[in-house]
This record gives sequence, structure tokens and C-alpha cells, in this order.
Amino acid sequence: MAEIRLVERRKLLDADGVEAKVFELAEQIAAHASKNPVGLVGIQTGGVHLARRILERLEAMGLEKPHQGVLDITLYRDDIFLGLQQPLVRRTDIPFEVSGTDVILVDDVLYTGRTVRAALDALVDFGRPRAIKLAVLVDRGLREYPIQADWKGMTVDTIASETVQVELTEMDAATDRVVVYERDD
Amino acid sequence: MPPTTRHLLGLEGTSREQLITVLDLAREFRAVSQRRIKKVPTLRGITVVLFFVEPSTRTRLSFEVAAKRLSADTLSFTASRSSLKKGETLLDTAQNLMAMRPDIIVIRHSAPGAPHLLSRHVEAAIVNAGDGAHEHPTQGLLDMFTMREHKGELDGLVVAVVGDILHSRVARSNIHGLTTMGARVRVAGPRTMLPLMLERLGVTCHDRIEPAIEGADVVMMLRIQKERMGSELFPSEREYSRVFGLDARKLELAKPDAIVMHPGPMNRGVEITPDVADSGRSVILEQVENGVAVRMAVLYLTSAHLIEGNGMETTPGAGVGP
Repeated sequence: MAEIRLVERRKLLDADGVEAKVFELAEQIAAHASKNPVGLVGIQTGGVHLARRILERLEAMGLEKPHQGVLDITLYRDDIFLGLQQPLVRRTDIPFEVSGTDVILVDDVLYTGRTVRAALDALVDFGRPRAIKLAVLVDRGLREYPIQADWKGMTVDTIASETVQVELTEMDAATDRVVVYERDD
Repeated sequence: MPPTTRHLLGLEGTSREQLITVLDLAREFRAVSQRRIKKVPTLRGITVVLFFVEPSTRTRLSFEVAAKRLSADTLSFTASRSSLKKGETLLDTAQNLMAMRPDIIVIRHSAPGAPHLLSRHVEAAIVNAGDGAHEHPTQGLLDMFTMREHKGELDGLVVAVVGDILHSRVARSNIHGLTTMGARVRVAGPRTMLPLMLERLGVTCHDRIEPAIEGADVVMMLRIQKERMGSELFPSEREYSRVFGLDARKLELAKPDAIVMHPGPMNRGVEITPDVADSGRSVILEQVENGVAVRMAVLYLTSAHLIEGNGMETTPGAGVGP
């Protein structure tokens, strides 16, 4: 398979911007968590780091620590073997009872909606949540499935040949930032 | 194994990276079996034929459970009920199976090389579930997986394999896989059951059990096939048990935290005493559970290659978010 070259087009957020957006998301989730028991589930891999950051914020706000988990959706994808040379399966770990809980799925970028569709399927195999909510850092539009975020850090217009990447220090990025790349082909 | 070949015919020639891929994946698949809903939709629409031309219950069941937990459809085809008994050749039977459009054929056959032959003549991906005395790659993988879960890395691990090495496909697959992963393998058995030139594979051979298990991290006992007893290869059952059987006293030679393995079915009182088989050191039942996880990983990887190999459009980055 030919390697794909990505060219950086524009920067959406710098480190301060990412921090501010995470804070906003945490505030909105805190408002919800004050009414219902919630569990934060990050989608591998970007969503896992974001969920952890939101959780730290919630704790700093003095909120009782919500449940947390991580979800890998590879086995539930509808395109599992398309274009993936080695479909890696990452860890799934939901160490709390999802039945009766408001599960808040956390992902970095909302795009076609297919990842979230797969995450919904995966999640209900663990039980029957009272509700499932979706929190994302960036909504880049171009939805293919009827899925919307309940809370989002920002919305940005993109085209299909672009890729929106949330680069976090946990993923070995030098600094936190959100960048739009374009395929160079 | 992927990404370079679509079949799993043996562990000979399988690279370290490929082995690690399967073993890492198996850990995630084991977690699937531990959930309340022990099933993922990954292989929906994939048909797996279990083509067993030699009796086997546990391996077939293990593959069947693995396929079902991945939502694949399974068809069982066993020799006792098949037309092979009526004189049809292996390839003719296989061509007939292909009319059912299977994606993967899991084959157990008494003839070494039968899976390889099949892989050259049919479209489906072939997984070797044991071919004569040649290889039993998924058993080798599940043994390595079990060792890894208990001992961490396989690199430098001392593994003793004891029994009828000559006729054991389990031993052969383990030797290939373990030496590739950097483990030190020692084998022990009656001289009539030690193949020549094993040392060329980087294995140390012993005709007594004691030096093989001394200081070992893992002691793997092989099943003695009773039908071979009384032949010129074999002393009496009692003599074999006394010299090569694993009992608590001999096990003391191994490392204090050594684990005891057996591919099953066990002959209690022959190659292993009941107190050892049922002790806290024994991981025999874990091996069975891990077998399902490893076979899920193998079916998953084989399917991945299968679909790619079908020339379907592959557009990286399209479809799903970053």
C-alpha cells in the first residue's frame, strides 16, 4: 500500500486552546453529572486521553470521581478490513456496571459518525445504560450517519481530503494542538 | 500469517513480529470471552469450514467456539461421516466444500502437508489444525500465549518438553515458535522417540527427564499414545512412567515457580501424576481457555488478509474519522 503524505494546512487550536476546550467540556459534563450517575468512556486512542483529562478537571472541581473506562471499537467497525493493513485491536476495559448509568462517550474528532455507531454497538454489549451521551473535542462535519454530539469543544468546516488530528502530549506530540492536514496526492 | 501470507500452515518460518501480533491480539480476544455477551460482530458473513479428517473433539470445539464468538458461520465436516471413507480424494472433497463458498478452511488431517496441498488448490484461507506428526500451529501459539501470561517475556525462558518428541506435532510447533521468540528449549524422551537433527533447530536433547527439567521455567508433558506401547519404540507403561513421568519429586528440580503444561488429553498416572496435574503449578485448564482466544486471533487475522486479498477497494483514511 502506498504511503500517504499529509501536508499541514491550518492549526485550529494550540495548547492553551486545547486546555480551554477541555475545561468547557468538563464544566458541561459536571452540570450533567450533578443530576445523574455518569461513567466516562474514552474511545481508543485519542478519546481515552481526552477522557482522562476531563476526569482530572472534574476532580479539580470537587466532583465525586465518576466511573471511567476505555473502549476499542475495532471489532465493531463496518469497514474493519478496508484500508487497514493490520487492524490492531486495542484494550477495552469497562470496569463499572453500565446498566443504569449515563455513559458519556468521549472522542477527539467527530466525522462520519461511523466510529460512534460502532461504539454504541460495543457499549450495549456490556449492559443497558440509562442514557448514552457523546462529548467530542472537534466536530468536523461531513456526517454519513445520523449522529450528533451532546457536547463539543468546537465545530469546523472541512472537506473530505482533509484530516483533523488532535495531537496530545500523551501520544508523544511535542505540544498539544489540533491541526488540519490535507492528503497530498 | 498476516501481513505477508494469508494461511496459517505452521510456525516454522513465522517471524517474531508475526508471532507477537497474534499473541498480543489474543489477549484482547480473551477479554471478549470474559464479558457477559461473549460475542463480537467482527466476522459476520464469513464462513468457516471445520474440515476434520482425523478424530478430534477439543480442537474442533475450540475453533468452533472461536469462530462463533466472532460471529462467523461454521460448518463441521468430520471424517467418520464423510465421503472420504467412500474413496474420494482429499482434493475432490475440498473442491466440493468450496461449492459452499467458505472463506476459511480449518483442516485436521493425518497426513503431514495436507493443509499445504489444500492451500495450493483452493481459494479459501487455510488454517492447519494439526497435520500428522508435522505441526499444530494454534496449539503452539496457545502454549506460548499461556507461558507469556505467566512469565512475561518468552526471551530467555527455559522450556522443557518431555515425551514422544518424534511423533509430536505439538512439540514441533512449540520448538519453531519458541526458538523464534528467543526461548531455550530442551526436549527429553526415550531415544527411540527423539528425532535426529533436532539440535539443528537450536534445541538441547536429553534421554532422561531430570537434566531437561532442572531449572526450567516451564515443563510441558506430552501425551503418550497408548497405541504405540508395546511396540519396539516403547518400554512398558510402568517403565515409561517411572523414567519419564512427571511427579512431585521430579518437579522439584524445576524452578520453584515453574508451570506445568499438557496439551491434553492427559493419561493420568502415565506421563503425569494426578497430584501434579491438579496442583497449583498446573496451567492445563488455562491452556484450553487460551486456545479459544488464540484461535479467535488467528481467524481474525486470516480474514483480514482474505478480504484485502480479494482486491476490494482499499482507501486509507476514508470512511472513518482519524
